[in-house]
Amino acid sequence: MSDNQAPPAPKALRGVGNFIDDRFHLAKTGEKNLRKVFPNHWSFMLGEIALYSFIILLLTGVFLTLWFNPSMAHTVYDGSYERLRGVGMSEAYASTLHITFDVRGGLLIRQIHHWAALIFVASLVIHMLRVFFTGAFRKPREINWLIGVAIFTLAIVEGLFGYSLPDDLPSGMGVRIFQGVLLSIPLIGTYLSFFMFGGEFPGEMIIPRLYMLHILLIPGILLALIAAHFMILWHQKHTQYPGKGRTEKKVVGTPMFPAFAIKAGGFFFFTFAVITGLAGFVQINPIHLFGPFTPTSITSGLQPDWYMGFLEGSLRMFPNWFDFDIGGYAIITGVLVPGLGFMGLLFGGLAAWPFVEAWITGDRRVHNVADRPRNAPVRTAFGVAGITFYGVCWLAGSNDILSHVFQINLYATTWFFRIFLILGPILAFIIAKRICLGLQRRDRETLEHGYESGTITQLPGGEFVEVHKKSSGETVHVLESAKGKDYTPEPTVDANGVESPASRKPMGRLRSRLAHWYTKDNVSFDGVEPHTGHHLHHGTHAEKEKVGQH
Amino acid sequence: MTDNTNHHDAASGADEPRERVIGTPSAADGAATATGDPHRRHEGPYPAEETHTRSEETQRKGERIAALWFLIAFLAGVGFFVSYFSFPPNADGDPSVADPGIAQLANVLLGGTLTLSLFAIGAGMTVWARQVLPHYEVSSPYDELPSSKEEKGSFSEFFMRGANESGFTKRPLMRRTLLLAMAPLGLAPIVLLRDTGPLPKDTLKSTTWEDGLHMVVEGTDRRITAADLDEVGSMVTALPESHDPEHGLSMNEQAKTVILLIKMDPQDFGPDMTQQQLDWTHDGIVAYSKICTHVGCPAALYERTTHRILCPCHQSTFDAANGAEVVFGPAHRPLPQLPVRVDDEGYLVAAGDFSAPVGPTFWDAGVED
Ligand code: HEM
Ligand code: FES
Repeated sequence: MSDNQAPPAPKALRGVGNFIDDRFHLAKTGEKNLRKVFPNHWSFMLGEIALYSFIILLLTGVFLTLWFNPSMAHTVYDGSYERLRGVGMSEAYASTLHITFDVRGGLLIRQIHHWAALIFVASLVIHMLRVFFTGAFRKPREINWLIGVAIFTLAIVEGLFGYSLPDDLPSGMGVRIFQGVLLSIPLIGTYLSFFMFGGEFPGEMIIPRLYMLHILLIPGILLALIAAHFMILWHQKHTQYPGKGRTEKKVVGTPMFPAFAIKAGGFFFFTFAVITGLAGFVQINPIHLFGPFTPTSITSGLQPDWYMGFLEGSLRMFPNWFDFDIGGYAIITGVLVPGLGFMGLLFGGLAAWPFVEAWITGDRRVHNVADRPRNAPVRTAFGVAGITFYGVCWLAGSNDILSHVFQINLYATTWFFRIFLILGPILAFIIAKRICLGLQRRDRETLEHGYESGTITQLPGGEFVEVHKKSSGETVHVLESAKGKDYTPEPTVDANGVESPASRKPMGRLRSRLAHWYTKDNVSFDGVEPHTGHHLHHGTHAEKEKVGQH
Repeated sequence: MTDNTNHHDAASGADEPRERVIGTPSAADGAATATGDPHRRHEGPYPAEETHTRSEETQRKGERIAALWFLIAFLAGVGFFVSYFSFPPNADGDPSVADPGIAQLANVLLGGTLTLSLFAIGAGMTVWARQVLPHYEVSSPYDELPSSKEEKGSFSEFFMRGANESGFTKRPLMRRTLLLAMAPLGLAPIVLLRDTGPLPKDTLKSTTWEDGLHMVVEGTDRRITAADLDEVGSMVTALPESHDPEHGLSMNEQAKTVILLIKMDPQDFGPDMTQQQLDWTHDGIVAYSKICTHVGCPAALYERTTHRILCPCHQSTFDAANGAEVVFGPAHRPLPQLPVRVDDEGYLVAAGDFSAPVGPTFWDAGVED
């Protein structure tokens, strides 16, 4: 055996390997997959958090099903929680109390499940924002973006349905609002509601049905989508940030085996630990304090889970001014627009974005190197405007609490949010774009002149200047990624000055105008060579002299 | 792979400085650098210039720290079981977590030990990855997109030949009848949903309130007299008296019939009340549906000085002195009014059903049948 040969595989392992390979011919594929490379960057862990919290949801959810009884049959509680003994309630609520007080570790599992749900949706959102701002949704990854939007949508629905299962007061109110929104749909609303609820609200069917959706159908679809998401990711590989050696053709990072598997494993345990720590020390959804659902009472100041907040807020903000009747039949825009329209706008907008952007810029190239957000100012500004819109909706969902805490008139807060919902995104767009362009200018400066070292030197003329130093090769790489970004597709005017037929049509005109608007303000990096500026100071006298002339 | 005579050096003595070809960037924390030539003096599965091995000293330290974490994880895991069994069931079969305080304590102990155990495993694995494993900067090609012209051409030719041979393109009768055959099957699952619930018909437009039905305070079976509401500004949530005192009202009945009974100074009724609406009141007592016409929360808050009813969900505000018309917020229409009168014995009773369908506004809520 030569010295550099790997140690022979232990017999048992060889046995297993051969057993599998005899049946599947996997040696080559297996090696290829174990060699898969994962770029090193913290922002790639956001999607991992989502995956790990989903796994935790599956694990804890299965435990909850062992005791949870999804029935709306009436029962009188006689479990060990004294305060509610003798109170009439549904079996669903009674069994949730049972999990909380009569199953050891039951409260912990419930709280892990709930915290994991909150973190699952939160990590999806932040992961999506990362993908959006770095342009990682661009060709060839549009399909995975669409799958992501579907996962996000279903996750919210799944969370809403889970929140509804324990049949405590807030959960019943959530179901009521859901039913109210269904009812508002013209023509089919009442039918949808009657079919979904098996009759009028609340009926006796809704919890068993939501239960089926919550533990079987939606998790099944989510699992399939997540599997598809990962298969595509595996095949196309991650995007990577610009840097040395990282090109459109080659991905650089940590290989699956042995390093990434161990890193990722560790990160799974960290995620699990954080969620369990929250569940152990921070109370969440104390259903025993809320009491069972009754359709006749409510407590004020109720807050839904955070991911429903934007819907709650939009329902609060949107006025009834635009409601109208057609021959006595009501079109209830005050519910339809905020209850369904805003959701449609959010998810529809997200889904459409990659295609809209590609249509505007005409850029149909394959992109594996991620954009720095500043280098796509209009996209970044749109994203920030979108976050602002969402954030205003979300905050408006707590306007009663804000009004109470800050002693502001309740209706004044509503008005503030109504106005800010329109102004906020516009301001955010302008400011974000400005900041991006400013950063571009600074980047160009740095590329040409090196970075400001913070050291001050006195020139022979007595003048003080800051010493610029050469940026590292890595920095130069990153900065140079701004070059050639702005893509000019086929020219719309041919050599004879005749416009191409496509660009003469109204759509073509609109498109070229948008394309111009999309990139017009970008700082040009054309022809900028690293460190060609005259402001470099290496401490030599000659160079100081040179600066002095400027 | 070829010879590597330094193999044993690396394994045997960490203190002996290993011969290294310098030229590759060194990773953080004093990591030693692998050789420039991927095939010389290198044992790893990836090319040496893409593998930044840690020094033996770092690795040894990492091993010890990781092991310490794993040990902590083990102990915390044992602690989890100890916590679990420290809360044994009571003699009568109830586990002793029944008390909310103890439930909280059990939760902290179980959660705390589990957290520590999970965290320590995570920490150990991270130390392993960062101090024992090399730092990798392995590069690997992205897939070439799209397929070459030849590949595409060959595929498309193959596919079209197959499609032709199958008859799918050439024999439209067969193709169309197959699609036709699929249509009913595709619809079947949707049709099967038909029996998930009854048709709405007019169910949403009426409630069980009727002339002469007594009102009781919600949550009791105490009938209400006009005198119970003698103080101006008082407000009571009420329900119809149940015909079946044994079981009380169903949830569905409660969700539709619940009302707010409000006592006002009759002088305060505003100009927007029609004569009919005034007739539906009794001595300043007016009844409105408690279910918000926006999306159905109980509109539970009443402000006596302004006569305003506020729904806490989305803050629709109704003016109780003016037929509960909407004065702020998203609701589409006023809260329906329930006509009230007093019977011979002085009890408050309904004088009929609500003036309009109760609850969230739906498409044909305003249409009379
Ligand atoms: C993927 C995403 C999931 C989300 C976002 C989610 C979310 C939730 C939420 C917020 C609750 C209310 C918890 C509480 O009581 O405070 C809940 C309850 C519940 N979930 Fe899930 N869940 C998910 C998956 C699952 C799965 C896969 C199962 C089962 C296989 C499951 C089973 C249950 C059960 C039985 C309950 C009711 C018990 C209880 O509330 O204590 N969940 N879910
Ligand atoms: S349900 Fe009353 S305001 Fe929305």
